[in-house]
Amino acid sequence: MSAVVENHNHDDHHHGPAKGFMRWLTTTNHKDIGTLYLWFSFAMFLLGGAFAMGIRAELFEPGLQLMDPIRYNQLVTMHGLIMVFGAVMPAFVGLANWLIPMQIGAPDMAMPRMNNLSFWLLPVAFTILLSTAFMEGGLPGFGWTFYAPLSTNYPNVAFFVFAVHIMGISSIMGSINVIVTIMNMRAPGMTLMKMPLFVWSWLITAYLLIAVMPVLAGAVTMLLMDAYFGTSFFDAAGGGDPVLFQHIFWFFGHPEVYIMILPAFGITSHIISTFSRKPLFGHASMVYAMVSIAVLSFVVWAHHMFTVGMPLAAELFFMWATMIIAIPTGVKVFNWCATMFKGSITYETPMLFAVAFVVLFTIGGFSGLMLAITPADFQYHDTYFVVAHFHYVLVPGSIFSIMAAVYYWLPKWTGNMYDEKMGRLHFWLSFVGVNVTFFPQHFVGLAGMPRRYADYSLQFAEWNAVSSVGAFLFGLSQLLFLYIVVKTVFAGKKATPQVWDGAEGLEWTVDSPAPYHTFETPPKVNG
Amino acid sequence: MSSETVGHQKYYVPEKSSIPIVFAIATFFAGMGAANAITGNGSTMLIAGMVAVVFTMAYWFATVTRESMAGLDTPQLNTSYVYGMGWFIFSEVMFFFAFFGALFYIRSFSITWLGGEGAKGIAGDLLWPEFEAVWPPMITPEQSLLGDQATTVGPKENMYLHSLSGALTWLPLWNTVVLLSSSATVHVAHMALKENNRKRFNFWLGITVLLAFIFVILQAVEYYEAYAHLGLTLSSGVYGTTFFMLTGFHGMHVLIGGIFLLTQLVRSTGYNHFSDKEHFGFEAASWYWHFVDVVWVCLFLFVYIL
Repeated sequence: MSAVVENHNHDDHHHGPAKGFMRWLTTTNHKDIGTLYLWFSFAMFLLGGAFAMGIRAELFEPGLQLMDPIRYNQLVTMHGLIMVFGAVMPAFVGLANWLIPMQIGAPDMAMPRMNNLSFWLLPVAFTILLSTAFMEGGLPGFGWTFYAPLSTNYPNVAFFVFAVHIMGISSIMGSINVIVTIMNMRAPGMTLMKMPLFVWSWLITAYLLIAVMPVLAGAVTMLLMDAYFGTSFFDAAGGGDPVLFQHIFWFFGHPEVYIMILPAFGITSHIISTFSRKPLFGHASMVYAMVSIAVLSFVVWAHHMFTVGMPLAAELFFMWATMIIAIPTGVKVFNWCATMFKGSITYETPMLFAVAFVVLFTIGGFSGLMLAITPADFQYHDTYFVVAHFHYVLVPGSIFSIMAAVYYWLPKWTGNMYDEKMGRLHFWLSFVGVNVTFFPQHFVGLAGMPRRYADYSLQFAEWNAVSSVGAFLFGLSQLLFLYIVVKTVFAGKKATPQVWDGAEGLEWTVDSPAPYHTFETPPKVNG
Repeated sequence: MSSETVGHQKYYVPEKSSIPIVFAIATFFAGMGAANAITGNGSTMLIAGMVAVVFTMAYWFATVTRESMAGLDTPQLNTSYVYGMGWFIFSEVMFFFAFFGALFYIRSFSITWLGGEGAKGIAGDLLWPEFEAVWPPMITPEQSLLGDQATTVGPKENMYLHSLSGALTWLPLWNTVVLLSSSATVHVAHMALKENNRKRFNFWLGITVLLAFIFVILQAVEYYEAYAHLGLTLSSGVYGTTFFMLTGFHGMHVLIGGIFLLTQLVRSTGYNHFSDKEHFGFEAASWYWHFVDVVWVCLFLFVYIL
């Protein structure tokens, strides 16, 4: 029998974190891992942002100034891949790690070692992806959507494929951890419908991730086989179809964009309720709305490919299915408004970001409805209107919600209050920057400016210059964010356990900063 | 368990562990090595990476088993494993869903349209006027146009059953028999374990593992036949593509499932692990096995018969 385990493994639980650098490599603590995820995502946000600055610098005026079109394509591709897989998704996983165990009264995530692995696979995947920068052929330049047959004929695509595989494994393991934690480790008395909305949003997100990341793995596998092993999935000469690639990719891709927004819904619900000093309006309907959005996300994928040449029945089905999503999304927006209605509202930084989220995300939602109209989409498709649309839902949508969450929970994480004045300054700079960047892109898009070109025709010059100025304003203000967060980690007014007077939930019942181990004995949640 | 509170046992949270970071580093070499090998830069890194991945994984599983034998896992932790395995299998289902989806799309749309039929057939009519929409396509669209000059050439023969008289020598049928019986034998083994009949358990689990490896061998024979005599290869158009990718990934899963079951057999015979109540390792392996079996039934139906 080999059943000998050193007892200290579980008995010296009450010690704090290990000393030194090894703490971060070997940790199994959900708070440590959450911190790792958040810092990794911030680093990737700055890197992806640097790529975006390169794009906007090139587009500041017509003509080729700074780079050749191949380099430009590489910047666009890496900007997309890094922001989606390196910044937004890991940031939400980081928040999930920090918050879910505390919000449901669990001692940690259900599988703590796997949790550590989920994180450390991300730097591994991005190292493989970025290593192509130093190879002949360079970084991938086929767009984050890597449509075949462009991608199947691209150098170094094998590195991209294995990087995506590893990101996928990381996401699937992270999601299994989240679901199992939520399903199995809630404190006694916390029924599903009593669960905080951030937890609910992540339960649904994790389900989507487990459902679609394997499909992405399938897509990149087929791509790899077509590129290197002579298969014909996406090659009409052998009986395949390039459009098949788009179907598989967007079957993953559409749920993926909801993966990047559902946790934002959860965060916004918490913050609006806290700073309106009212319980959230329609808690149950929020849950049902998110579930409906998640279910619908599986049957709308082809609205990304209306112009590719599908049968009319498919065009109509995907148009109507897409339109239906407006209903649950509308439920959420109206619920947030109703929560604020007659509330005692104060506008601390998290609330500013949350309110801006509601307004600007809704703008992105409306332009999404316009794009959903099949005949109109033939005009909008692959123009800057699409770029404006998805940046409105991702930047002042997902990213603003992440920033709101950081300001909202930072006192709980660090024990210090952030500098409110600086926080508001950061908000206003970001708010102005984001709108100056992306609102003009609606105009040039409707006027017909195509996406993914390093150069453009003269009539688009003015709005592109405006857009570039806004982009640099937005980009530089994020350095202020970095400064504010670092400063709060080391100093600041001491935070109380409650932090915000209207905040509700188990995480506000523990000290600020939250002790290294919380809820080792589950709290009792009252009816 | 040392620390017990009333009505609730403490959840086991390992304090720290260097297994995951070692695993991540091994994955780096495996991933980087795989890309290097495919792009023609040698396979040393891939082999080293894979060896490291396998060893780390084995060490990880062994650690979890050791902790379980030491009684560190509470019923709550076991539930986590049960849910975790369930969701892992769901992710595998979705992986196969992508490949089956590709097969259905190719069969109902690509081939139809390339053959000049259906809503989008007009382009196919113009580009490949000679290509017929039939499944399985024995010539590729390119071949219909260029004949011997084509680079992507269809197979000489396909894997379907051509006449009922040949059914008894038709390998896929035997594969089906082998795999379906193995699903039954693993169930018999499970029943035996629940009755604490260790001898019967070991016997039936052993039979299951044997059937698993027989399946893999039969599959290898089938592949050899395809490449050596039928002209059916990965690159013989979209039929070869879907045939080998679907059966190949399934075969890989049979191999993994077989090793998974073999591990449980070794745990039972060599280390006397498992009891009538506590045998999650075996249960997980058997669920995985049933999943692999269901995938085969779909494969048999959609790749070999219909």
